[in-house]
Amino acid sequence: MAHVELRELRRSFGAVTALQGINLSLETGEFVSLLGPSGCGKTTALRLVAGFDRPDSGSIVVDGKDITGVSPNQRDMGMVFQAYSLFPNMTAEQNVEYGLKIRKQPKDGRRTRVRELLELVGLADAGKRYPYQLSGGMQQRVALARALAIEPSVLLLDEPLSALDAKVRVQLREEIRRIQLELGITTIYVTHDQEEALSISDRVAVMYGGKIEQVGAPAEMYGSPATPFVAEFIGTMNRLIATVGGDGTIDYGGLPLRVDAARGLPRGERVLCLVRPETVDIVLANGVTLESGVSGEVISSTFLGSTTRVRVMDEKGERMLTADLSTVEAAALTVGAKVVASFPPDSPRLLSLADEPAFPVLDPDGQ
Amino acid sequence: MRRPRISLSAVVWLLVGAAYFMIPLLATFLFSVRDAQTGKCCSLGAYGVILHDPEFWTTIRLSFRLALETIVISLLLFVPTIYWVHLRLPRLRPVIGFMALIPFVVPPIILVVGLLGFFKDTLHAPFWYLGNPNYFLVTAYVILAFPYVFFSLDAGFRAIDVHTLTEASQSLGASWRTTLLRVILPNIKVAALSGAFLTLAIVMGEFTIATLSAFHTFPTYIQYINETQAYPAAAVSLMSFGITWAAMLSLLLIGRRRRVGAAVTIAEVGH
Amino acid sequence: MPGRRRRRSLAWLGVLPFFAYTTLFLILPSAQVMIGAFKGEAGGYTFGNIVDIVQTPNIRHAYRQSIEISLVTALAGGLLGLLIAYAAIREGTPRWIRSAFTTFSGVAANFGGIPLAFAFIATLGTVGIVTQFLTNVFGIDIYANGFSLFTKTGVELAYLYFQIPLMFLVIAPAVDGLRTEWREASANLGSSSFQYWWHIGLPVLFPSLLGAVILLFGNAFAAYATAYGLTASGLNLVPILIGADLRGNVYANPHEGQALAFGMFAVLAGMMLLYVPLQRRASRWAR
Repeated sequence: MAHVELRELRRSFGAVTALQGINLSLETGEFVSLLGPSGCGKTTALRLVAGFDRPDSGSIVVDGKDITGVSPNQRDMGMVFQAYSLFPNMTAEQNVEYGLKIRKQPKDGRRTRVRELLELVGLADAGKRYPYQLSGGMQQRVALARALAIEPSVLLLDEPLSALDAKVRVQLREEIRRIQLELGITTIYVTHDQEEALSISDRVAVMYGGKIEQVGAPAEMYGSPATPFVAEFIGTMNRLIATVGGDGTIDYGGLPLRVDAARGLPRGERVLCLVRPETVDIVLANGVTLESGVSGEVISSTFLGSTTRVRVMDEKGERMLTADLSTVEAAALTVGAKVVASFPPDSPRLLSLADEPAFPVLDPDGQ
Repeated sequence: MRRPRISLSAVVWLLVGAAYFMIPLLATFLFSVRDAQTGKCCSLGAYGVILHDPEFWTTIRLSFRLALETIVISLLLFVPTIYWVHLRLPRLRPVIGFMALIPFVVPPIILVVGLLGFFKDTLHAPFWYLGNPNYFLVTAYVILAFPYVFFSLDAGFRAIDVHTLTEASQSLGASWRTTLLRVILPNIKVAALSGAFLTLAIVMGEFTIATLSAFHTFPTYIQYINETQAYPAAAVSLMSFGITWAAMLSLLLIGRRRRVGAAVTIAEVGH
Repeated sequence: MPGRRRRRSLAWLGVLPFFAYTTLFLILPSAQVMIGAFKGEAGGYTFGNIVDIVQTPNIRHAYRQSIEISLVTALAGGLLGLLIAYAAIREGTPRWIRSAFTTFSGVAANFGGIPLAFAFIATLGTVGIVTQFLTNVFGIDIYANGFSLFTKTGVELAYLYFQIPLMFLVIAPAVDGLRTEWREASANLGSSSFQYWWHIGLPVLFPSLLGAVILLFGNAFAAYATAYGLTASGLNLVPILIGADLRGNVYANPHEGQALAFGMFAVLAGMMLLYVPLQRRASRWAR
C-alpha cells in the first residue's frame, strides 16, 4: 500500500483551473519532485497536501486514511517554505523547539532533540542566533530542522532553494537528500529547476497546466520523455521538425537523416525529432562526407566549463544542430569553421506532431 | 468553487468598526435635518440658516485662505530644504526627522502658550502682526503642518534618485532654479500634493490655536454655533466633515495615480 | 583645503531658512514656556511654580483625569484598532475592505475637535439620536441611569472616535508585516490559532503595539478642542486648564500657566523617550 496518495485532486480559483484532477502515489521513504514552470499547479498541489487549502474534489490519503478534511495542524507533516518562514522573535533553537513545545514534550527531551537536529543540518553553533542574523541558506537549514523536529511522517518542501544563491543551492539540495535518505522520510519536493529535481529525486513528476505530464525516475524522464513538453522542459534538446522518410530515415528540410525510431512509421507523417546534444558529434569538413549528417559551419561556441556548446548551421540557414562537446574537442571548432554534424541513428526520439500542432517552445539554452 | 473566504471573526470586528463610525455621522445628519419648529424630520432649514449666515462665509473663506497660505509657505520652505538635505547634507536628515517629532511633544495647546508669550510678551510684536491671522496663525500652522509635510516630501524624495537627476540636469547646462523647477518639482508632485491636502485638512480643522489667540476662523465659528443653535450646529459639523473627507479623497486619488509609498496620515489636529 | 571648507559652509546656507523659521516659531516659543515655568513672579528663577501647581488639588486632579482618559483611550483604542486592522488586512478579506477602512481612518483621524464633539452630542447627548432610540425602542433611559456625555466617560467615548482610526493607520504596516508563512508554519507544526498569537503574533507585534499605544496616549493627553467642544471649560483636564489660563481666568501667578504647560511637556517628552527606541526595535523584526 502506498504511503501517500493523491487521488483526482481538483482545484479552481475563480475561472482559473489550477489542478485538473491529478493522481500520484508515494511509497514510504520515497522522494518525489513536482517539477514544472510557474502556474503549473505544483505549489497548489503541495498546499492541498499540507492542508492550507481544500480541494474542490478528490482526496488525499495517508497510510490508508483519508485526511482531506483534516486541519493543517493535525496532519503530522513537516513543511519547509520558500522563504521567510522562521519566526523572527525566536532564535534558531527556539524555532526548532517550537513544534515540540506545542506538543508539550518535556524540556530535557526537547533540548536534546533540538541539538541533534541542528547538528544534522550543520548549524550546531548557530543556535542562539536570530533569523535576521542568519544567511538565507542557514535560515532554510533551520527551517528544515524545525520541520523535522516533530518527526513527521511526510516532509513537504515548497521551492526551498529558489531564493538562494546558485552555489548554496547545489550544496543544500544534496544535504537535503542526504538527510532525507538517512531518516527515510516520505518527501514531496516542489521546484521549477529541472536540474535540481533530476539530481536528488527518486521520481520526478513533470506538471503543466494543472496536469501531470509524466512521472518517472530521473533517467527515464531524461532519456524517454513522453510528451513534447516534457522533452522541452527536461534537459537541453535539439528539436528537429521533420517528416518521416523511407526505411528508417527522416526528411529534415530535404536532407535525409538515419533515425532508427522512424522505422515502421507512416511515411510523410510530421514528427518532432529530439536529439540530446551530448550525442551529437562534430568534425571538420575537410572533404569528409557522411552518410547521415548536416554540413554547414560553426555559428557559435559557448564555453560552459568542462563542456562547450557548439552550434552548427547549414549554408541555407534552414537546418541547425547543437552539440555539447568536451572543451578539448571543441577547441578546434572555431566560429566559421566548415564542419559536419551528425548523431548515431539510435539516439533520437520521435514524437508525433500530428495532433500537437502547437507546443510550448522553450529556449534550449535557457531554462 | 471555494477561495480563501473572509473569516467570521473578521466580519464581526469590521461590522463593529463600521457601526461605531457610521452612527455618529448618521446621528449628526438626522439632527441636521430636523425641523426647527417640530424637532422632527425633515427639513433643510438648518442648512439654510448656515448658508445664509454671512459669518459662515467669512470664516470659511478665511480658513481656506489661511490653508492656502500655509501650503504655499510650507512648500516654499520645506521643498528646497529637503531637496538640499537629500542632495548635500544627508547627515542632517535624521536631525530634521527628529525635529519633525517635536510637535508631538509641543502640541498646539502648548505651542499657543509659547507663541503668545514669545511674540507678545518677549518680543512685544506689533499689533499688525499679532492681530492678523494671515501672519500669526499662518506662521503657527506651518509648524503644525511641518511633520506631515515633511514625511510626505521625504518619502517622495527617497523614491527618486536626487543625485542622478540633479547631475544630469546640471550637465545639460541648467541652473539651480531650472533644475529645481523643471526637474525636481515635477517628480515630487505627488508627495507635495499629499502634503498639501493634509495641510488643508489640518488648517480647516484647527481650533485650539485659533480660539486661544482670539481669531475667528471656521472651526471657532462652528463652536459658536454649537453653543447657540443645535440643528444648524449639526449641519455645519457635517459640512466640516465633508471638507475633510474631500481633502482625504483627493489625497487618495492622487496617491493612487502614481502609487507613491504611504504618506503617514496620522493627525491630531483640531483636537 | 579652504575650497572644501567653503563649499561645506555654503551647503549649510541652503538649510538656513528652515532652521531660522523653526527656531523663531517653534524652538524659541517652546523655550519661552519651559523657561517661563521656572521664573519667579519677581524675576529670578525658582521651582516655586512647579511646587504650587503640584500642591493645588484642583490641578492634581486635572493631571490625574488627563492621564486616566489618555490611558483608557490609548489602551481601548489600541485594542479595538488592532482588532479592526487585523480583520481588514488578513488573508481572506477582500482588498477593497482594507482600502475603504484606510481611507475612512484617514478622514476620521482628522475629524476631531469641535465637529466631532457636536457629532457625539447629536448621538449621545440628552436629546441625541441614540439616546432617544434607546429610550423609545428599548425603554432604557441612559441619562436616568447615570450616564452623561459631559463627563470623563463621554469624553473617552468621543476620543475613541479618532483614537481607533489613528491606531488602525499606525498599526496597519506592522500587521501587514505579519507574514502568512509564519501562521502557516505554526499551524503545520501543530499549533492552534491561540498558540500562534501567544508565541509569535503578539510578540512580533509588541514593539509596534507599544509604540502605537504611546502615540495614542500622547494624542489624547494633548487634545483640547474635543474636550472643549463637549464641556466648554467644565471638565477638569490639563489642556482645558491651560486654555482657561489663556482665556483670562488668570492664576495668581502668570507663570503658573507656563508651569502647567511644562508639566504637560514633561509627560509627553517622557512618552517620546519610550517611543523612539521601540520604533527602532520594531523595524528590526520587519526585515
